[in-house]
Amino acid sequence: MREASSKKAPVTLRINGHAVTVPAGTSVAAALAMTGRFISRADLSGRPRGPMCGMGVCFECRATIDGVAETLTCLVPCRDDLEVVTDG
Amino acid sequence: MRETCDLVVIGAGPGGLAAASVAAEAGLKVLVLDAQPEPGGQVWRGEARKGSNRLARRWLHRFAASGARFRPGARVIAAPERGVLLVEEGASSFAVRYSRAVLATGARERFLPFPGWTLPGVMGVSGLQVLVKDGFPIEGKRVVLAGTGPLLLAAAATIHSHGGDVLFIADQASAANHWSFALQLWRHPSKLLQGAALTAKLVTVPTSTEAWVLAAEGSDRVESVRLSVRGREEHLRCDYLGAAYGLVPNLELPRLLGCAVSDGAVVVNERLETRVPGVHAVGELLGIGGVDQALVTGELAGLVAAEQPVPPALERSLQGIRTFAAHLARHDTPRDELRRLATPDTLLCRCEDVPLSALEGCTNLREARLYARVGMGACQGRTCGAAAQTLFGWSGEDVRPPCLPARIGSLRLSPDVSSSTPTRES
Ligand SMILES: Cc1cc2nc3c(=O)[nH]c(=O)nc-3n(C[C@H](O)[C@H](O)[C@H](O)COP(=O)(O)OP(=O)(O)OC[C@H]3O[C@@H](n4cnc5c(N)ncnc54)[C@H](O)[C@@H]3O)c2cc1C
Ligand code: FES
Repeated sequence: MREASSKKAPVTLRINGHAVTVPAGTSVAAALAMTGRFISRADLSGRPRGPMCGMGVCFECRATIDGVAETLTCLVPCRDDLEVVTDG
Repeated sequence: MRETCDLVVIGAGPGGLAAASVAAEAGLKVLVLDAQPEPGGQVWRGEARKGSNRLARRWLHRFAASGARFRPGARVIAAPERGVLLVEEGASSFAVRYSRAVLATGARERFLPFPGWTLPGVMGVSGLQVLVKDGFPIEGKRVVLAGTGPLLLAAAATIHSHGGDVLFIADQASAANHWSFALQLWRHPSKLLQGAALTAKLVTVPTSTEAWVLAAEGSDRVESVRLSVRGREEHLRCDYLGAAYGLVPNLELPRLLGCAVSDGAVVVNERLETRVPGVHAVGELLGIGGVDQALVTGELAGLVAAEQPVPPALERSLQGIRTFAAHLARHDTPRDELRRLATPDTLLCRCEDVPLSALEGCTNLREARLYARVGMGACQGRTCGAAAQTLFGWSGEDVRPPCLPARIGSLRLSPDVSSSTPTRES
């Protein structure tokens, strides 16, 4: 059993080219929100969208993670050097 | 790549964890799959790291010691033949050959469209709650919650404990006695919600029954919300709005496997067997009943799968829980006004940007799909399906594989798996 990760070191990922440092255990969706602009994608007419269900159901939180398009940011924990690109 | 097991459990929430632990303790080779990065499901999100909830800690320990194997980040996408599941994990995939299965895929929130519901910052009630559990920055933010029943309080408590400022809780339920029903749950540690201290913490938050969201407003994100509160219109400025109306079971996988569904829940016998031989369903799939139902049904299914005797006490607690679930269902039924909030230009299908007006003339989900592309986008009708059901009474269609969007490569079944004689490997 793993123990409390609050004791674990923070991790640094990149969101749209900017380095962001977050506590261990943070989801990528949460990290997007920490940047102050938690928009993951744009809809078909270019209006911004952000996460809604928080659990992998609505697909509104999708972004490109490490080159894989349409990854659900609410299901991915932040790791060092993760590369996140939003389209919104 | 492939895995072989006696019992595959899909979902590592309380239901799946209980089933897997019990069956593995009885000697079965058990494999547990979950789309989330950690075990715990929705209610115990993050508990594998935090260990702050006693019940969660107990079950997570028991699960870890049981010998069951866990593969996180593994999404079941198809069932190409009886006894085989296809699973996508990151950018790769694998097949699982199993003798028995326990489906424990839980529930999601029921989202209903209203003007402004696509603005960033508008989320589910529990959606916002689980995002906060995963580190969503809520400290000092103004939050309005609108929905139904006890999950409103659970969400408010989480947001409050992370420093968020819950301005108002709107419960759509029609009568004050419904609200007191919800409050009572907090005094029953064995019921849906734990922690009697919570209501005390929340007494300063204005709450109202007969209250719901009319519209969310803002340009690039939600800035304010208009509410109907006991017949009066109120306007509140806020940073986040949580709005959702109860839970609906995640039926895609049971449907894909051929399980019977009735009244929005999987049909099982008293041994929790579905009509598909060797396949059980537990937890929220049986109708929304909360943690207790998930644990009790999980344990029961685990014992049955491992051909162990079922203690009568377990069967008795199941009966009590089912009664409770029936109460909850009545409380959570969305009121009629909520069906009329969307305007012609409000989007129903968020993936394909389909406004309500595009559905004119459609009489069922199939037509809406064919003529207006409803449910044809990334989430495959997971959000608009339940909304269309509530708004128009259109019921779900058969599920076709893949039951989640998947990469083409993940759908290939390697030849060593698709032999009809089960081959064992360890
Ligand atoms: C967002 C949310 C938050 C909630 N918060 C609370 C709370 O704070 N307190 C409370 O009492 N109740 C809460 N609930 C109610 C909750 O449903 C139950 O209390 C409890 O979690 C049910 O347990 P379960 O085992 O049936 O399902 P869940 O705990 O929902 O577990 C189901 C698991 O199955 C996985 N899964 C689903 N489909 C697939 C697939 N195709 N492939 C792989 N994995 C899959 C999911 O990732 C999930 O982890 C919440 C519900 C939701 C939807
Ligand atoms: S927020 Fe809904 S899928 Fe991620």
